[in-house]
Amino acid sequence: MIQHLVDGVLVGAIYALGAIGLTMVMHMLRFANFSHAELLSVGAYAALVFEKLFSALAPPLAAKIGPLSMSLALALAVLVSMAITAATAVLIDKLVFKRIRERGEELSMVFASFGVALIVRNVIGLVFGLGTTLYSREIPFAMVLSLDPLILVRPDQIFTLSAALLLMVILHLVLSRTTFGYSLRAVAENPALAQIAGVNLRRIVIAVWVIGGGLAAAAGVFYGLTNQITPMIGRDLLMPVFAATIVGGIGSIYGAAAGGFLVGLAANLALVILPSGYSPSVPFLIILLVLSFRPSGIFASERA
Amino acid sequence: MADPALSIRAVTAGYLRDLPILFDVDLVAEAGKITTIIGPNGAGKSTLIKAIAGLVPVTSGTVRHGGTDITGLRPDRMAAHGIAYVPQTDNIFRSLTIRENLDLALRRAGLRRDAIRARLLAQFPALQAKLGDKAGSLSGGQRQFLALANALATEPRTILMDEPSAGLSPRAAEEVLEMARGLTETGVTILLVEQNVTQALRLSDHCYILAEGRNQIDGKAADLLGDPVVAEIYLGGKRLRVGA
Amino acid sequence: MIGLLSYLVFFATVATILAIAVLGLNLQWGNTGLFNGGVAAFFGAGAYGTLILGGTPQAGHLGGFAMPYPLALLGGMAVAAALAWGVGRLTLKLRHDYLAIATFGVAVAFENVMRNAEWLSGGAKGLRGFERPLQEGIGSGLAYNALYLAFVASLLLLTYLFLERLVSSPFGRLLRAIREDEEAARSLGKNPAKVRLTAFVTGSVIMGMAGGLYATFYAFVSPQDVLPILTFQIWAMLIVGGAGNNRGAILGAFLMWGAWTASGWALSRHAPVEAQIYAGSIQYVLIGSVIVGMLLWRPQGLFPERLVVSQSGGATRPAPAK
Repeated sequence: MIQHLVDGVLVGAIYALGAIGLTMVMHMLRFANFSHAELLSVGAYAALVFEKLFSALAPPLAAKIGPLSMSLALALAVLVSMAITAATAVLIDKLVFKRIRERGEELSMVFASFGVALIVRNVIGLVFGLGTTLYSREIPFAMVLSLDPLILVRPDQIFTLSAALLLMVILHLVLSRTTFGYSLRAVAENPALAQIAGVNLRRIVIAVWVIGGGLAAAAGVFYGLTNQITPMIGRDLLMPVFAATIVGGIGSIYGAAAGGFLVGLAANLALVILPSGYSPSVPFLIILLVLSFRPSGIFASERA
Repeated sequence: MADPALSIRAVTAGYLRDLPILFDVDLVAEAGKITTIIGPNGAGKSTLIKAIAGLVPVTSGTVRHGGTDITGLRPDRMAAHGIAYVPQTDNIFRSLTIRENLDLALRRAGLRRDAIRARLLAQFPALQAKLGDKAGSLSGGQRQFLALANALATEPRTILMDEPSAGLSPRAAEEVLEMARGLTETGVTILLVEQNVTQALRLSDHCYILAEGRNQIDGKAADLLGDPVVAEIYLGGKRLRVGA
Repeated sequence: MIGLLSYLVFFATVATILAIAVLGLNLQWGNTGLFNGGVAAFFGAGAYGTLILGGTPQAGHLGGFAMPYPLALLGGMAVAAALAWGVGRLTLKLRHDYLAIATFGVAVAFENVMRNAEWLSGGAKGLRGFERPLQEGIGSGLAYNALYLAFVASLLLLTYLFLERLVSSPFGRLLRAIREDEEAARSLGKNPAKVRLTAFVTGSVIMGMAGGLYATFYAFVSPQDVLPILTFQIWAMLIVGGAGNNRGAILGAFLMWGAWTASGWALSRHAPVEAQIYAGSIQYVLIGSVIVGMLLWRPQGLFPERLVVSQSGGATRPAPAK
């Protein structure tokens, strides 16, 4: 039970990172982006490529950091991967979503995002193979937090959780302390007025994709580090990430962060009563519950 | 006669290309003066001010500001050209604090940010006490003050205001309009849309009357105030001269 | 020759069944503007429902009620209706894309439950033990398949006629009115949520019928038949045919099913053995590209609606040439 709680928080941090980007896109560009979770896969594989590259170029970088299964090379690769994934998100918008958006067809964007998801997911499968990979073959030792009841935590999980929280704090500071953050929030509230106030909407749209892509890349790497890397990361995380955005209320960044943890916890706690085969259905149950009782999200404020 | 700060020549504009709302409208706003646009409902007053601000596509004609052609400029570029636009409603960011609203407007002010902010707060003392509050908690009059302060933050030469007194108590409306009057003394040009005719005429220097998307009459506000024709437009709402 | 003929019959039967599902989707998306991201679930509800109700008794899981075939098929459609009603009632009042998310979620959960709930669906190994109707009299050869093709083709025709009539009826005009201007429809005293729910459930029932026919044809259904890719295939068929146009939807179904089977055949024949496991990925990329490409370059489909659609400015658009 407590192990489920611990696991729930750890995986919840990953959902939260994905959901923050998705909720921003859903609110600002007004469409449910079914290809958002594929950005997690893009991030995971981009980091894999650069980890190998950095390790080959500078072998000392391949050394593990402390008790983590993560190497210095991977730490650097995460940053590169965030940039690459952000660029991918901007590129996909430019090639597909922007053109449909300019014709003013919101639901066609939802539809196109299914197509984009299929293409991205399967191209990754074709390039990297359909099998699973790991950043490191070494199996890291788990730390025993308690013997009775048995609670195990791997150092990678602790690192992932702290790194995810750090990213969220940075985002919070940007939103609440910088004029760039004010412009983002201004566009979220009233795009027309923001434009009158001199905010360049196109730049904000790009910023939204960059933030969404960067956070998704980090989430993808963290997922790969604590589970495994497969081209199906996007498919498997799509519903949990959607559930987190709906729990948090579409457009609420803080809601999405909280929603991620909540969905992580709920999905893991559900395994106490449900056989594990049913876990892919749990996010959908959460969505149904939220839509039945609080369609605007559990953390919805007074905002209309 | 001072140089016109803003001159609009033969502007035809509307949200859809085939469906103009304004037809060949001309207008001149002199520097340091208040120019008012009045007219019956549906006359195209707000559309005109939005067309100047780049929010409604201009299909023909030109908008010049201080000698520069700004026709069809994107709204987010207007501030750089010294133009600020204050919409009638939803003209502040409710989810941002007062201070965040001001700092957003001040984000290009660089090192002068603190100085300008201090000056604005001295100008609008009501905002000072609420700096950390969400702008959504302000009263109607205070919202107009904040909207005006946001507009002034970019140090514009011309301010476009869409019915700044709408929905305000008579006292708050008076205060907002007094404030506008005061601004012209610093050389700022003001173009405003008003629905309260007598108030508008009392307040402004020059006045344009629009009906059905066309110019009808214009002249010194003081002259129009006693003009029986003006009264007729409002009483009958009927068109006087089409395409004058 | 017989081989080719039986293949053609087989191909046409599956394409016809899928065309019925595309018609159901067209009612939802093309005529009402509802985004159903979970076609596979409603198709699957009809498939599983039909086999469970009409199948012979099986040890280990539910079903085998051996109901007469027409009742079993209707039962399958009722299961799809119930599912659609539940999802629609929760989401149709909300922002448009909630429906997309919820329906996609239904499909994920449906496949997941069918795979795991052995007592209900036979789990991953699927559901067998179904007597195809009239099989004893006709035998299982080409004659039976040809007759079955005639049966599904006549159901396709009936569905087509039903939808054509529905669309030109006052109810159909109401659907369009709500799609174009919900506020105006509401001001006329219509309840858009209720009308949308009716259209959503009706479309899903048609998908359920397609699913029931599909399961009847194979006398078998498994979670493999209700994967999300089915939803995307049906969507691609509709967008290729042109949303809003029932004849286009049918043509799109045949065209896309032809392209799908042809690409599968070409890959299995010409791709090197070690690349065979990637054939599916290549086909998925193709489906994704068709969806994105059509939306970008030909959103009206290859066979666009021939009706003159009223524009907001009152201007009319000439019927696009073929």
